[in-house]
Amino acid sequence: MQNRLSFMKKILRGYSPVIVIIVILLIWQWSSLFFSIPKWLLPAPTDIFNEAIKGWDSYTHHLVSTTYLSIGGLVIGVSVGLIVAIILHLLPLVRQAIYPLLILSQNIPIIVLAPLLVIWFGFGVLPKIIIITLVCFFPIVVATLDGFRQTSPELVHYMRMAGATKGQLFVKLEFPHALSAIFSGLKISATYSVMGAVISEWLGANKGIGVYMTLAQSSFRTDRVFVAIGFIMILCLLFFTVIMLLEKVLLKGRRHTNE
Amino acid sequence: MSELVAKNISKSFNDKKILDHLSFTVKDGEFVSILGPSGSGKSTLFHLIGGMLQPDDGTFLLDQEEITGKRGAISYTPQSPSLLPWRTILKNVVLGSEISGQVDYSKARNMLKKAGLEGYEHAYPYQLSGGMRQRVAFVRALLSPQDFICLDEPFSALDEFTRLEMQQWLLSIWEENKKSILFVTHNIEEALYLSDRILVLSKKPATIVEEYTLPFDRPRDQNLFLTDEFLKWKRMIYQVLQGSF
Ligand SMILES: Nc1ncnc2c1ncn2[C@@H]1O[C@H](COP(=O)(O)OP(=O)(O)OP(=O)(O)O)[C@@H](O)[C@H]1O
Ligand SMILES: [Mg+2]
Repeated sequence: MQNRLSFMKKILRGYSPVIVIIVILLIWQWSSLFFSIPKWLLPAPTDIFNEAIKGWDSYTHHLVSTTYLSIGGLVIGVSVGLIVAIILHLLPLVRQAIYPLLILSQNIPIIVLAPLLVIWFGFGVLPKIIIITLVCFFPIVVATLDGFRQTSPELVHYMRMAGATKGQLFVKLEFPHALSAIFSGLKISATYSVMGAVISEWLGANKGIGVYMTLAQSSFRTDRVFVAIGFIMILCLLFFTVIMLLEKVLLKGRRHTNE
Repeated sequence: MSELVAKNISKSFNDKKILDHLSFTVKDGEFVSILGPSGSGKSTLFHLIGGMLQPDDGTFLLDQEEITGKRGAISYTPQSPSLLPWRTILKNVVLGSEISGQVDYSKARNMLKKAGLEGYEHAYPYQLSGGMRQRVAFVRALLSPQDFICLDEPFSALDEFTRLEMQQWLLSIWEENKKSILFVTHNIEEALYLSDRILVLSKKPATIVEEYTLPFDRPRDQNLFLTDEFLKWKRMIYQVLQGSF
């Protein structure tokens, strides 16, 4: 009896967010039937689900395109971010000049630069990649630099006493120490990359979830807008999960290290 | 071979004199303790030997070769174990030899076994007790290619019982390896039990007020603590310390 109770509790705890979602969907479904809300205003979950299945063939190429675009942008943005962070870290004078500006620039929504990029680079892949790179870049740079800076002074001290060169100090201590911070940055960047991709598609493209969304919106196919939103959320979650798994594999043995 | 000579070492921080013309020698295979009150500049002395700081005056010679301001000439265990949390114990103890020299995993395994850490090679530092971590840090110092070891109060954070055990263990390992050790402590008994020689530091600015060569035979064990001669030495050094502050 006791066992069964604790077993139930465990299930409830692990799945409670799922239960919340199901409850919300049920309320939504019920109220759109009960208040007979017009479909163009707020379609019921079942309508959205039906459209997701029925329209599968008509939007998969949009989905694939956006996925590739986000991954490409994310990889480029993260690489650039890491390189910039490493350069800033190894050249303190440059960091002093640039880091405060970086922090300040975090307060500017990068998206407002998008129209400029379209003017300069047209509607091809390049301006889209630049937008995604810009939004992915800052979280990585800031997280990585913080990770480097928070390296325990005791450990730095030991490494230097042991005769470590600047390169060894970086490779053996500062970089591995920064990894967990880099992963926190990476999780933010990954979700930003999907957002960046969709917004860059709004500005002009011939395929992608952003395009699908704009088309659906202009023809008042609200169900399709919801399908797009659903897939954007799934994509974000997918990226997030992949990064979390990567973190688990790469940083095993790290948990509890500060206790 | 490793013999350390410190000649006339002085160091001030912001016009406050910390070390005042210290001179001493640690001979090859010798175990020398520096005994001094908290804040007298013991860690500072190690930072000077290790090349982290530049002395205002004086030189250090290791085997007749000047090492003043040179990093990596000695092997060192800081006041806290300072293990890399993401490395396993085995990977941690080879860090010193990774930085300068050759990594020898079979030697490392062997040494861990002797330190009573068999079976923990693939554990992470957070899974070990404080005493075990301190042992890992010491094994790392032993495995480093340098023949001269500086230990900065390695046992001060441990409880009395663990400390006794660790002292015993340190002696047995050292008697096998016979690397030269310079050991910092503010515990009189610890210094008496472990060392061949004791240098007593005074309070600011620190000078060497007394130097004692201890007559106790090796190998030593904990019965030594109870002998009359040990207690006599303890009383004497205690009085010297009292007088010097
Ligand atoms: N980098 C530094 N800058 C300024 N003052 C310092 C610095 N390092 C140490 N000091 C001063 O030098 C003195 C000696 O410090 P040190 O750490 O060497 O003492 P200690 O003998 O090791 O003490 P403890 O036994 O508590 O470890 C202290 O008064 C400390 O404030
Ligand atoms: Mg100290």
